[in-house]
Amino acid sequence: MVEPQRAARQFSPWLDAWRRFRRHRLAVASAVILVAMILSILFAPLLWKVAINDIDFTARMQTPSWQHPFGTDDLGQDLLARMLYGGRISLAVGLSAMVVALTVGTIIGAVAGMSRRWVGPALMWLTDLFLSLPALPLLLLVIYLFRDALKAAFGPEGGVFVMIVVVIGGLRWMPVARLVRAQFLSLREKEFVEAARALGASKVRQVVRHILPNALGPVIVAATIDVAAAIIAESTLSFLGLGFPPDIPTWGRILYDAKDYLDIAPHWALFPGAAIFLTVLSINFIGDGLRDALDPRRVM
Amino acid sequence: MAEPLLEIRGLKTHFATEDGIVQAVDGVDISIARGETLGVVGESGCGKTVTALSVLKLIAMPPGRIVAGQILYQGRDLAPLSTAEMDRIRAKDIAMVFQEPMTSLNPVYTIGEQIAEVLRRHEGLSRKAALERTIEMLRLVQIPNPDKRVHDYPHQFSGGMRQRVMIAMALSCSPKLLIADEPTTALDVTIQAQILELLQEMKSRFGMAIMLITHAMGVVAETAQRVVVMYAGKVIEEAPVEALFADPKHPYTQGLIRSIPRIDTAATRKARLEAIPGVVPSLLKPPPGCRFAARCKHAMPRCRDAVPPLLEVGGGHKVACVLYQPEMAA
Amino acid sequence: MTVMGRYLLRRLLIAIPSLLGISVVLFTVLALAPGDPFGELATNPSIPPEVRMALREKFGIDDPVAIRYVRWITAMLQGDWGFSFASRINVDTLILQRLPATLFVIGSAQVLALMIAIPVGVYAATRPYSLFDQISSTLAFVGFSLPTFFTGLLLILIFSVQLDWLPFVYRADIDATGWRWYWEHFRQAVMPITVLGLFLGASMTRYVRSAVLDVIRLDYVTTARAKGLGERVVIVKHVVRNALIPVVTLVALQMPAIFGGAIVTEQIFRIPGIGSLLISAILANDTPVIMAVTFVFACLVVFFNLIADVLYGWLDPRITLA
Repeated sequence: MVEPQRAARQFSPWLDAWRRFRRHRLAVASAVILVAMILSILFAPLLWKVAINDIDFTARMQTPSWQHPFGTDDLGQDLLARMLYGGRISLAVGLSAMVVALTVGTIIGAVAGMSRRWVGPALMWLTDLFLSLPALPLLLLVIYLFRDALKAAFGPEGGVFVMIVVVIGGLRWMPVARLVRAQFLSLREKEFVEAARALGASKVRQVVRHILPNALGPVIVAATIDVAAAIIAESTLSFLGLGFPPDIPTWGRILYDAKDYLDIAPHWALFPGAAIFLTVLSINFIGDGLRDALDPRRVM
Repeated sequence: MAEPLLEIRGLKTHFATEDGIVQAVDGVDISIARGETLGVVGESGCGKTVTALSVLKLIAMPPGRIVAGQILYQGRDLAPLSTAEMDRIRAKDIAMVFQEPMTSLNPVYTIGEQIAEVLRRHEGLSRKAALERTIEMLRLVQIPNPDKRVHDYPHQFSGGMRQRVMIAMALSCSPKLLIADEPTTALDVTIQAQILELLQEMKSRFGMAIMLITHAMGVVAETAQRVVVMYAGKVIEEAPVEALFADPKHPYTQGLIRSIPRIDTAATRKARLEAIPGVVPSLLKPPPGCRFAARCKHAMPRCRDAVPPLLEVGGGHKVACVLYQPEMAA
Repeated sequence: MTVMGRYLLRRLLIAIPSLLGISVVLFTVLALAPGDPFGELATNPSIPPEVRMALREKFGIDDPVAIRYVRWITAMLQGDWGFSFASRINVDTLILQRLPATLFVIGSAQVLALMIAIPVGVYAATRPYSLFDQISSTLAFVGFSLPTFFTGLLLILIFSVQLDWLPFVYRADIDATGWRWYWEHFRQAVMPITVLGLFLGASMTRYVRSAVLDVIRLDYVTTARAKGLGERVVIVKHVVRNALIPVVTLVALQMPAIFGGAIVTEQIFRIPGIGSLLISAILANDTPVIMAVTFVFACLVVFFNLIADVLYGWLDPRITLA
């Protein structure tokens, strides 16, 4: 008799995706590196207890040594401690902005994808409009206008944090919305959704239980890229001197301080720059691996 | 007997995939004489398109590979030739028409340009001369207002019209062999008839041989002189067209012919449409013996031992089936 | 009117609401801002009183929002952009002075990016998974993961500080004539253009590669091969021409991001363009300049989108004839 094509192999879409991800060597290496970085950012301060603002004029602009593994800046502050602190901020900003972008984008995309009348095209026009907005200039404009008010409401760091996260997230929801809408448009006509509808499932239930899980693939990839983009945006702002307050050592801010001392203390700029680069590079590779793994062209 | 125009001997084309090596074409022998129309029939996946693409080396060579065999065109083996050498033969000696007229033409160039570039390349014509010849070809395939429409883009033509353009393009350099891979499958039935008629007309005008690939037995009955039946990567029967329909020998061919709905019988008898039970075997790990054995009602233990060779049973009729091969004494 | 003319008109008619939409967003941000962004008006002694009155009236602080918007947008579109607090000249003069430098750097960077991305992307796509493809892909990832401010600083470190080959301060008024003038201009422009160009080129390479890969497996490419045209002609004439269409779209869509990169590059290399103008205006609380520069950026985005539409219509006959 004719034999079945597939042998008894575990067939689950997530397992398949994991297998495909594993094949992308750079993505796997990046995942390892990123996890290592995150772990050190979270836990190293427990071991390395040097303060971030220990001013010590006798140790100005020293190159890396046992006392100061990353060297010191022009005020003698330990760069390793400052970098670890800055890492936490980058992480927090990246993840929060991504959550904002994901939430806004998914809601808008879902509503647009499910609507059958004018709401859909209207939301898409809005999405296109936002896509045409020049990101950095607008970011700078908003920071300029709202900086003081937010500082009053949330305190200097909190205010800037909220503002940066909201604006960066608020300018990155568009690709997510587009993706989600496209997935919804194609999935809502599929039989399993019709079946749910026939069984009396409300629109919300259809969306949450049936469509959303299947639309996840490309959204996960977009979310990964969003984290990288948010980190770059925050670093850029800090580098321009317009991000967090000057005493907060985000990586971009450290670069801002270091840029005028390139000739005498290059290590000061190289460490934060390399850190940003490595983080973003790893995230990008992981995103690429995820895209290969969750490729919508394959059966998912 | 005159030397055949094209002779394929023992062609094997395999594809490397994630799951293993797919033996799409596994030892195929086909020959076409000068000016002959050969029909190649079989269901989807039997390897007929891959065979045609292999002749012109249009298979994507990273996953695909011509593993063995010879492709003798006028006595010269094409299999070891490089792409550059093949380019001299393509369109000039052997031309091809594809299945999907809607996607087989480049959307950003006019149809005139797409035909003229072949003429300029292979016949060395000037732009002006190529344009004139192009308009002539369009007139030949019955495109109305050819001198105006030559400057139109593919999306301004219907499917049937585009297929005519494809035929004009293929025949522009008067090739000796035209490979037509399911040229009418994607078209409406009425247009199908027109295109087949057009092909016949072109044949009487240019005298080229045609390798007509199709899964529709009706098309073959109308246009072919000889027929080759393929199944699961192999040729299982070969015969002149009347003999094939009058006396199909291989059980698969019999099943194919019986499964054609017929108006006369349907009107007189209430009977179920005959279908061949089972599915085509996997080409990843084909079964050791005859590949049709699993679905054949005449199957014997002998069938699974070895692949039956394609042997002549008289009058140019060849069959690969143990039913026609008396058992050899052990 | 010709077919192309009709198409252009259609795209223009779509561009206008886009511009209005963007201006509404900008104005909304301004209107929502707490406090009086024009507070400087009242306290800054360097503003002549007549100008102060005119500004207050133009921005109509006490009028309803809709009226204020209409007044603002008509002023903007007429080129009446107000008066810069910090530089004490009209904002439109200031911007026009500095716009050329920005456009020069962005334009050259884009050209450099295309000159890298198209050959590399096409070649990588024709030999997928080969060594060249893998190396160029990895380099592309490195390229767009390196933030422009870091690359800029690195280049300055190497070429200005260590090797002293290139100046890192940009001067629009070079004291030289003839070839020397061009050479000096080139020397100072090389680094910022390279920084921006490599960054843009990196992401574009991957995009070109994937666009070519998408096209190369289409039916009409097989037809072209079957016509015996030669692989080179097939790729260049049939594949690339079609693959360029989505690339054009990408170039236009990347525009908003390019301005971000331009702002950073102008800061690092002290190029007197509108990007650095924006930063210095923010530091000086010079609101009219900030509003005007943001508006100009928005206009540039719409303008380049229009150019992309035109190119798209020229490249793809199916669009204009639709």
